[in-house]
Amino acid sequence: MTTVEEQLFMTEKEELISGSEAVAIACALADVDVITAYPIRPYDTVMQYVSQLKANGAFDCDFIVAESEHSQFEIVKHASSVGARTFCGSSGVGWFYAFEAIAVTAGLRLPVVAMVGNRALDDPGAFGVEHNDALAVRDLGWMLYWVATAQEALDMALMAWRIAEDSRAFLPMALSCDGSFLTHSQAIVNVPTQEQVNKFLPSYDRGRLQLHPDNPITVAPQVNEDWLMEIRRQSNEAMTRTPGVIKEVYEEFKQVFGRGDPSPFIEEYMMDDDPDIVLMGMGTLALPVRVAIRRMREQGKKVGFVRLKFFRPFATEEVQQALGGAKAVAVVDRDYSFGSPSFGGVLFNEVRAALYPLEKRPHVVNFIAGLGGREVRVRDVEDMVEITQKAIDTGKIEQECNWIGVRE
Amino acid sequence: MSTVAVEVVYRGIFQKTLARNIVRSIVFAARKEGKYGTAFGRYGDSPERNGIPAKQFAIVADDAEELEENLAVYEAQEVDVTINVDDTMCKGIESWAWYGLQPINALTKPGGTLIVTSRQDVDSLIEDIHQKDQPYNISTVTSIPSFSGLWVYKDDHTDVRILGALAKVCPQLVSLESMIEAIQDQGWDDLKVRSAERTYDRTTTRPVEPGEGNQEEPFSFDLPGWTTMEEGIVIRGIEQGGGFRGGEEGYQPVRSSVFKKYSTRSMRPIVNFDTCIKCTLCWLQCPDTCFDVTPDGLYDANLESCCGCGVCEAVCPVADCVTMINEAEFNDNNSQYEMWQKDKDDYTQWMTSLIDKQKQVDRTHGFHHVGGYAEQIAEVAED
Repeated sequence: MTTVEEQLFMTEKEELISGSEAVAIACALADVDVITAYPIRPYDTVMQYVSQLKANGAFDCDFIVAESEHSQFEIVKHASSVGARTFCGSSGVGWFYAFEAIAVTAGLRLPVVAMVGNRALDDPGAFGVEHNDALAVRDLGWMLYWVATAQEALDMALMAWRIAEDSRAFLPMALSCDGSFLTHSQAIVNVPTQEQVNKFLPSYDRGRLQLHPDNPITVAPQVNEDWLMEIRRQSNEAMTRTPGVIKEVYEEFKQVFGRGDPSPFIEEYMMDDDPDIVLMGMGTLALPVRVAIRRMREQGKKVGFVRLKFFRPFATEEVQQALGGAKAVAVVDRDYSFGSPSFGGVLFNEVRAALYPLEKRPHVVNFIAGLGGREVRVRDVEDMVEITQKAIDTGKIEQECNWIGVRE
Repeated sequence: MSTVAVEVVYRGIFQKTLARNIVRSIVFAARKEGKYGTAFGRYGDSPERNGIPAKQFAIVADDAEELEENLAVYEAQEVDVTINVDDTMCKGIESWAWYGLQPINALTKPGGTLIVTSRQDVDSLIEDIHQKDQPYNISTVTSIPSFSGLWVYKDDHTDVRILGALAKVCPQLVSLESMIEAIQDQGWDDLKVRSAERTYDRTTTRPVEPGEGNQEEPFSFDLPGWTTMEEGIVIRGIEQGGGFRGGEEGYQPVRSSVFKKYSTRSMRPIVNFDTCIKCTLCWLQCPDTCFDVTPDGLYDANLESCCGCGVCEAVCPVADCVTMINEAEFNDNNSQYEMWQKDKDDYTQWMTSLIDKQKQVDRTHGFHHVGGYAEQIAEVAED
């Protein structure tokens, strides 16, 4: 007799689902052991779908609704240390409220997979997307991935456990999903079979680091200055190993599931003819940018787009190769970093730093756009390209950081 | 250009205020002579643990720039004077972070001075102190260790007496006059000034020759590197099991080979095996699992893991069966049970003399038995 679970994912099929639903289905397919939840929009859509799937018998897990985000992340941290596959997530200031637990999860090398439903930070209370919530953990040892489509959300979630739980990494991974554009809009998604997933995703084995009565260990003691640097150095080494793990896992995913880009780190659009101007951004921003590029190409403008998928680990060489040939790069930030170099965005400064070692450096112009879920329109993208073209024509960047689509 | 560095080695919490008074007064006194100084505690010792050896430093230089040169090294690598305010630490010190055993004179410069508060004679102190390749001097301030708490300070003049001795052994630091001015500036009374002066007058030093002292290699171990330590901030547990010192009978827990507790204690328990009723309380209550169960069901304190808290003594229901004795009375960490087995009469005589002697002196901390605190409070109230 087949179980409900087997019936549900027996055949590959298309579903009309949101990014959040796609992640919830990935949780079921990955047979996650412990899932914690605490509602905050837009992440809460995931917990709704997860609890529905569990209630319907699609899979079994400990589904714990915690009393706060902090506890939510503490619970999965501990569950992960005893060898449970885990999932949780949050949004905006909820993610910040869990910050202590988020920091130690990376410090302890625990492969928790989380979804961040990107949301503007309070105050003012706002539900729309900004990337500052997830970006805040960029220095802590979390792998950070920015998702653009519901299909990618499902696929990347499956890969996330495989990558994070690889003993060479043992680092947590967050899937950043733009609030509303991804979490709340439905698209056609190919849902794989349980058999395919079982073939791809082995169970989580924490090995000698597993907290268990048969394996007596102390985890996370108090240390002094004579230990800490070695611990950080070790975490850095683990992060240095992740690009290799990611490439390996990505290739295998493509083999088993038959889809995927050439690179797990960046997605290149209309880049074959080495365009003069390359736009760069993360997440669902890709949609209006691609449309704008098609229009501009029709007008004969050589413009391309590079979507950065993994923000951490940052694929320095791939970014250098993709952008190094351009005359100018326009970095679109759906975030801000008040007081940073050139008073620009986070991605802008990272990209500019990555390009600095190149002998021939392109101009790098920054655009802050789409904050709080404001739409980035095709016209906005055309404006960005126009400003960037001016830098090429005059050989000088008039203003490094430009706010686009903002009322004066 | 001359910079003078002084370290105060003290028992955490119990002597924190004492150490602070000393290093701050040094800087105040130096200021009287137009010099610049800084006073600080070793950050790694904080938060301090009761009785665990800790350090504070005073560094004094002729001008601010010279001081800065010396502060580029946060923890002094060499000091002109080491002040040890509990003579049991002459056996060496281990901070709570466990770096191994550091000789008390490890930082004392060639030709520098070690000042110890003690009632022992200098020769018996030198027996405990690890030998050095270079000559240095030793000086004692006759006193029992001055212990108090974090929020209370026992003003028994130990601070000013040490300051007086310091002015004598290290005149290049500050003069006695400046030291007295600094004492007065802090609002301390004339009696304290007189204590400083009197100690200054009485202080003498005795040179310690190269090679003189304890010949043992101080216990040390290598810290692992990032490639050799476990990942995930994991420390592996120790395989358990094993009989008494490798034998079948009795029980000895297996202990960490690196986390020793030699010098964290200022007292140690001594056990009367003849009167022990095998009630298990000491073994059960010891917070450090320091008791080994002997083949005949007695309890032998393992002195590599005893931190000297005195809980065993407090819970023991038999009079004088477990007694805390001043650590200064001992020169080794040998098993008392094995001594007792070898010659019971000898052991009893030795033990009895130590217990009798202990009864004559004030203990530094803790209470002899449950209820001891309440009794002492009542006594104080009567005075």
